[in-house]
Amino acid sequence: MRKGGRLARAGGLIAVVTLLASFASPRVECLAPGGPGSGWDFTCRTVGRLLQEIGIVDRPVQVINMPGGIGAVAFSHVAENRSRDAGLLVATSTVGITQIAQRRYPGDADRMRWVAMLGADIGVVLVRPDSPYRTLNDLFAALKADPTAVVTGGTSGAGGYDHLRLLLLARAAGMSTEELRRIRWVQFDGGTAVPQLIGGHVGVISLDIGEISGFVEAGQVRALGVLSDARLPPPFAALPTAREQGLDVVGINWRGFYTGGRVADAAYTAMVDSLNRLYESDKWQQAMRQHGLQAIWRGGPEFEAFVRQHIAQLRGLSQELGVIR
Amino acid sequence: MEILPALGQGFGVALEPQNLLLALIGCFAGTVIGALPGIGPTNGIAILIPLAFSLSLSPVAAMILLTSVYYGTMFGGRISSILLNIPGDAPAVMTCLDGYPMARQGRAADALAISAISSFLGGTLATIGLTLSAPLLAQAAIHFGPAEYFALYIMAVVAVSGVGSANPAKMLLSGLVGLALATIGLDPASGVPRYTFDSFELYDGIDFVVAAVGLFAISEFLLFIEQRGSGTEAKRLPVGRIGTAFHRMIYPMVTLRASLLGFIIGVLPGAGATMASFLSYTLEKRISDKEGTFGRGDPRGVAAPEAADNAAAGGNLVPMLTLGIPGSGTTAIMLGMLVTLNIQPGPLLFERQPELVWGLVASLYVSNVILLVLNIPLVGIFARLLTVPPRYLMPVIVVVSFMGVYTVSNSAFDLLLMAAFGVLGYGMRKMGFSLVPMVLGMLLGGPMEQSLRRALQASGGQVSILIASPLSIGLHLTTLGVVVLAIFLEIRRRRRLHRPVAPAEVA
Repeated sequence: MRKGGRLARAGGLIAVVTLLASFASPRVECLAPGGPGSGWDFTCRTVGRLLQEIGIVDRPVQVINMPGGIGAVAFSHVAENRSRDAGLLVATSTVGITQIAQRRYPGDADRMRWVAMLGADIGVVLVRPDSPYRTLNDLFAALKADPTAVVTGGTSGAGGYDHLRLLLLARAAGMSTEELRRIRWVQFDGGTAVPQLIGGHVGVISLDIGEISGFVEAGQVRALGVLSDARLPPPFAALPTAREQGLDVVGINWRGFYTGGRVADAAYTAMVDSLNRLYESDKWQQAMRQHGLQAIWRGGPEFEAFVRQHIAQLRGLSQELGVIR
Repeated sequence: MEILPALGQGFGVALEPQNLLLALIGCFAGTVIGALPGIGPTNGIAILIPLAFSLSLSPVAAMILLTSVYYGTMFGGRISSILLNIPGDAPAVMTCLDGYPMARQGRAADALAISAISSFLGGTLATIGLTLSAPLLAQAAIHFGPAEYFALYIMAVVAVSGVGSANPAKMLLSGLVGLALATIGLDPASGVPRYTFDSFELYDGIDFVVAAVGLFAISEFLLFIEQRGSGTEAKRLPVGRIGTAFHRMIYPMVTLRASLLGFIIGVLPGAGATMASFLSYTLEKRISDKEGTFGRGDPRGVAAPEAADNAAAGGNLVPMLTLGIPGSGTTAIMLGMLVTLNIQPGPLLFERQPELVWGLVASLYVSNVILLVLNIPLVGIFARLLTVPPRYLMPVIVVVSFMGVYTVSNSAFDLLLMAAFGVLGYGMRKMGFSLVPMVLGMLLGGPMEQSLRRALQASGGQVSILIASPLSIGLHLTTLGVVVLAIFLEIRRRRRLHRPVAPAEVA
């Protein structure tokens, strides 16, 4: 036992040293739990590119794609094989957290160390320009009268994050659990939801504003409300938040990273610091603006607490709705 | 906006020496990537994106590089289909059906040349379509809701079920197994795992590339080993030279039909090149296969799918450029690239970035010409692959297949899965099952089910939504027409067979 302890300590020391060295020079890997072109792939590639451009790492960050199970494959891979690997960042987001909240990953949040989030896409509720609904309250008044009055949709399945945040709004607007369950929800593949809305195949959609901002600017869709703390910067400054309309719901799809659960403290802190330097840089702020994302920072213990709280909220709602038991 | 002056300016951009060089590099790389089993356009482009960044290319130049790779893979996929009976990528599956028999008959060079010419024509026709009508088409595509998509998929499944072996029962079985395999994985509508046996590797379902490479490449390898074991070394195929005059390798009506169909399907988000090549092959078989030569090395069976898949690649760019919607994985990556280069795709792209859009469109014309010029002289070299004895060639193919699959997923599980599909494919081929209906079922099953589910979710379970719009009624009637026509033709064929043979026909 004592020998094992000493070995572990020696191992830990070696890990710390290699890690300090690794963030100082050698390689950092970014594991993207989705395929090329996916959101997580984008997170890894953008962060990887900028970490090198800014000089925080001096060798290219290697991006590894490991798609499967909406992140579950990568999660189990890290938990089983790379829980001490100090040079590893794994991209995740609210989508991954929702999976954990609904117990669809092999393990809970405490299997990992949550490093930081650097930005977020903001939820938005959209209708056609000729829709009778002009505010979120119009919409939910109609849905309260008849939950099937309008068909809703988004890019996640029933019980996914797009669905859950619409239901959070509906609940804030005073709809009962029974009524929430009767709202019709249609899942579309990413990117196709907006044309389906414009084509009249669905009446309301709930999704992230980043990739569809062009449609809002062109006036082809009308935003009933954005789910941010406060109004967004231009060109979206005119869009009212849900809070302004009396619905206290914030629905942001943050982008961030976790690493193995047994990564040593020193290495973990080094990771948080590196990402914070990236976050503070102009290049990162600019990249976020380009992609219609908001730069938002939460790192280290603060982020750990945020993740746990977010999971608890989503788990509670999922149980209430009967998505999970 | 005036199209011609804008396009003229676009050519000014596309013909700049640097852009021309990039198009040349992209076309060549694309052809090679397309020819390698397991690495299709999506991964090819994903691999090349870091290159575009490290060269710090301008947005136009980067897009020219990527689209020429995209078009190039559509050209290249056919090469291994024809020469080895192993599709280089998913849309090239149909090219195997007549391309490989042509190669067996010593007409490999002809088949390669015909496919190159058809690809060129299909790609060019689609680019013309894109030039003239992109904004209009994008508006039309919006009318396709879940019910209409479902009608389209039904049409595809019914139309294609006539391809392949002569035994309808075996074909049906093969297709149904494919549909069943397509249900593996997380149900996208509810997130519930189906047939995953608690294995996270199966949560995303079976990757089509893994299955197709296994079914075709690995089973080909197993067949080869078996033949060698029995002492008969696989006979070396005659290479052949281009034996047909150039103008006789153009099938105007075939190409036109296939290109039109391919382009339309390409415009619809989610349908894509593979469905286009499947559908156009069956359409052509229905229309022109009077002597039953399809499947036995009919050049028209090579021309149709090749024209269609290249046309679909062009069509795919329509929703990307006009709406900022990715119609396929490949265009999704290109969109991501655009955003990274500080260009916001979406409905305002044509207005805000005319030089980018028209430069790109012009470069599509240029890439098509480059690909044709590049490919025709290379026919001889590619065809010479056949002179490499199979005992050297086959192991290389297998290694490349495994590497191709592994680079995409980094998953050893996928390698095992691919091997398992190889064994399955081998067994099916030994028992006279056609692999094509199964591949088709796997490919169309998922989106078909999803569009049905979406339609029913939107209607609250009322089936009437499936025939609620004129568009879906029209599509269903077309499907019905295809079925009735097939039955009618079959009856007529049987009557003819049973009629006593007239002396003149024997001679």
